[in-house]
Amino acid sequence: MKVTRREFVKGGVAAFTVTFAAPEFLSDLARAQGASKRNLVVLYLSGGNDSLSMVVPYNDGSYYNRRPTIGIPAGQVLQIGTDSSNVALGLHPRLTGLKQIFDQGRLALIQRTGYENQSRSHFLGTDIWSTADPNNSSGLGWVGKYLDSIPLPVDPLIGWNTTGSLPHVLQAGHTAVPAIASPAGYSFSSPNAGAEATAERTTALRISSHVPVDRPEVAFVYGSAQAALGTLDRVATVAQYVPSTTYPNTGFGQALRAVAGAMAKGIGTKVFYVTTGGFDTHSQQNPNATNGAYFNLMATLNDGLIAFYNDLKNQGLLDDTLILSFSEFGRRISENGSGGTDHGSASVMMALGGRVSGGLFGTAPNLTPDPGNPTLENSTADVRYETDFRSVYARVIDNWLGANSVSVLSGNFRKTSLTFI
Amino acid sequence: MPRGAGTRQIEHLLRRAGFGARPDEVDYYGQFSIAHAVEALVNYQDIADDVDMFIGKPGYAGTTVNGVFMPQANITHARQRWLFRMIHTDRPLQEKMTLFWHNHFATGYNKIAGTYGATEGARYLAAKSSEDAGKVRGQIEMLREMALGNFRDMLLAIAKDTAMLVWLDGRTNVRAKPQENFAREIMELFTMGVGNYTEPDVYAGARVFTGWNLAQPGSAADGSRRYEFIYNAAQHETTAKTFSFPIYSDGGRTIPARSAADGMQDGIDLINALAGNPNTGRYLAKKLWRFFVSEFRDPDPAWVERITSTYLQNRYEMKPVVREVLLSSQFWNSSSYWARYAWPVEYVVRAIKDVGWAGFSVDSALTPLSNMGQILYEPPDVAGWDAGETWFATGAMLARMNFASTLTANQKFNLATAVKNANAGKTADGLMSYFLEQVATAPLEGSVRADLRNYLDMTGAWTGTDAQLQAKSSGMVHLLVGSPEYQFV
Repeated sequence: MKVTRREFVKGGVAAFTVTFAAPEFLSDLARAQGASKRNLVVLYLSGGNDSLSMVVPYNDGSYYNRRPTIGIPAGQVLQIGTDSSNVALGLHPRLTGLKQIFDQGRLALIQRTGYENQSRSHFLGTDIWSTADPNNSSGLGWVGKYLDSIPLPVDPLIGWNTTGSLPHVLQAGHTAVPAIASPAGYSFSSPNAGAEATAERTTALRISSHVPVDRPEVAFVYGSAQAALGTLDRVATVAQYVPSTTYPNTGFGQALRAVAGAMAKGIGTKVFYVTTGGFDTHSQQNPNATNGAYFNLMATLNDGLIAFYNDLKNQGLLDDTLILSFSEFGRRISENGSGGTDHGSASVMMALGGRVSGGLFGTAPNLTPDPGNPTLENSTADVRYETDFRSVYARVIDNWLGANSVSVLSGNFRKTSLTFI
Repeated sequence: MPRGAGTRQIEHLLRRAGFGARPDEVDYYGQFSIAHAVEALVNYQDIADDVDMFIGKPGYAGTTVNGVFMPQANITHARQRWLFRMIHTDRPLQEKMTLFWHNHFATGYNKIAGTYGATEGARYLAAKSSEDAGKVRGQIEMLREMALGNFRDMLLAIAKDTAMLVWLDGRTNVRAKPQENFAREIMELFTMGVGNYTEPDVYAGARVFTGWNLAQPGSAADGSRRYEFIYNAAQHETTAKTFSFPIYSDGGRTIPARSAADGMQDGIDLINALAGNPNTGRYLAKKLWRFFVSEFRDPDPAWVERITSTYLQNRYEMKPVVREVLLSSQFWNSSSYWARYAWPVEYVVRAIKDVGWAGFSVDSALTPLSNMGQILYEPPDVAGWDAGETWFATGAMLARMNFASTLTANQKFNLATAVKNANAGKTADGLMSYFLEQVATAPLEGSVRADLRNYLDMTGAWTGTDAQLQAKSSGMVHLLVGSPEYQFV
């Protein structure tokens, strides 16, 4: 995981120095690079999402046999039809907003995504999904590699991470993605006022422009300082954004509000990263009761996404936006003794946006614990993957971001049946 | 204060084995040789553990609370107490190792509080047994008491720790359906590391710890009621458990079937095996390298093997291990100086020690720390903080610069007074060299020094008035503490 720095050393400080040029110039750059306004919102469901509680195979008797207390009753699910293997599926009852988006044909659910010998470790698993490399998960993030593929110089707001620290998926060789959790708090304060404060800010900006050439670690921090100082004014415009819908007062909801603001103000960002956590539901998962743990996870997810979706629609930005979700693994099929589920394998990815061809992609697992059941693995304890997650990334890179997935992913993972975008 | 050649070494030692150096610490450790200073740091049991007595006393950093200060029951107070200790302790290595173990056995308050309520959440993490009616010793207090103790004992204490039994769901690990969370993390994150165990080991480990649950003894009337560890024989799964790595000294890999009454021994056998596994020694050695020696270069393999043998030969005692780390030539190599990204709490505490604390409340560091990405008692997940360059997302860097502003605004008057008392305010050059001496950073390049010097001339000619000294002292220290070079230890 610490490879970023080493990669960065290899990538060269010269490239890094060019990345951070003067702010005025960068605004022009943002405009030039904004020729295509398409953006990608990467959504990480942290902890390992139990997709069997999110997309429920409600006619599969084994689902209820194996989940006697946490199975979601067939009568409660929001039916979304059957997939190509004729399995009837329903969304978690709290996902009413996602159901609307599905019905509008703008939500794609890609079932049984994963990879061979799926890691059941949160950390290794997250690294693998982030790097798109099960064999060497300590390299750069796949989105970071995409950002590195954009010709230099790159605008420092090309990416926007709404969390406090840099997620692995955004780790790049020479592109620093700013972390802006709250646009309103993104300002430079001073112990003094007036001309003295201005002098400090001017000096801080000057200092940060002298990126040291032979000390890459110090240069890395310089890059952060410079990206912060150089983007304050543009980010400040986002804080002025007035959305057309009401976002829930959750971290996730407010992050999406900031993302919508950045899009509406046209500051040139191409990739956003948002996350919502708490999916590591080992005990008392309780997807059925109002205010049960998983029920609340679905509420946070649903309410944030529908506010965002409708806001973008109202602002005429939906056609430029694609949201893609991932989680480090799905969960075990059978519930454990604590009313929860342990770490499992394949899971469901979501893609939604104005140009998404929605529907059910891939096939649901058959949950019958039969040793010959090809949709299961780990002695029928877990769901076996059908679609390599890298094929989903490849589709997004090729058909949405307009880059070359073979070079970004270092391999050809294209799968023509994945026509969701 | 005079700073001889030895001072730079002492400062390096205290940045790593502590949280930077107050002037009195530089003087105290500066009278020793390196070896003697390390000895004084690791043998902190010889120094009184009385730092908590000074909370609320004049001459120390302040705390801010509404009502009574109750760190054993209020997590915000607990955070303030720990920051206070980091600033004022005379046992810096104990606090530093406690932070190391907090990151190692990373347990988050929110899940405990979500399960048993806010007061109980703080209690199981931060209460001292002396201040709790039920003698509850919170997890961090336990780690603090064992900070340079025996790693095997620490593992056993963690396996029985109330907060951990909630955090990794051990309290719900029962015979019919074993719960894998703790079993996985004890192998992956607490001992051997990924690649040294298999998925079936995780399932076997989950069965080993079945019945390691919580009971609720004590009385509500006198406040002694608490959740504490119980071995629940009725919920223990008694069949044999086989692992892919040795459990016993004869190489045996199978924990035998035992009666339910004797079944707690399963967990003890597994903990002994994990503590004694050489891969655990290596895993800890690599972590100690990144914590104490350098993040700029990979651990030296020979060093890792040497630390691992020290660990194994001393039967998992951490004091000889950490002593050897601090005495190693790799620690003292000039390339190790400033070769570690400062964690947010390290940055904040060192800044307070460098800039001053009179009239400063540690409460005002809590929100900045959160913006920098580190909330004590709330690591992001059981793997702890990512550390390294990941601390330096732009928003977090901005939060550091802005904390420097908050602190220097608070210390504006004190800084100007100090400059005057040192007779350093007559010229801009005098002020600059005074603060470059007081606020040590990784080496500053000439261009940066020129920018800083130019700053002093920016708003008019040098007059040396009190108003100017206050503005320029606080501004200069703001720029220094907010500089990239200050973000290393």
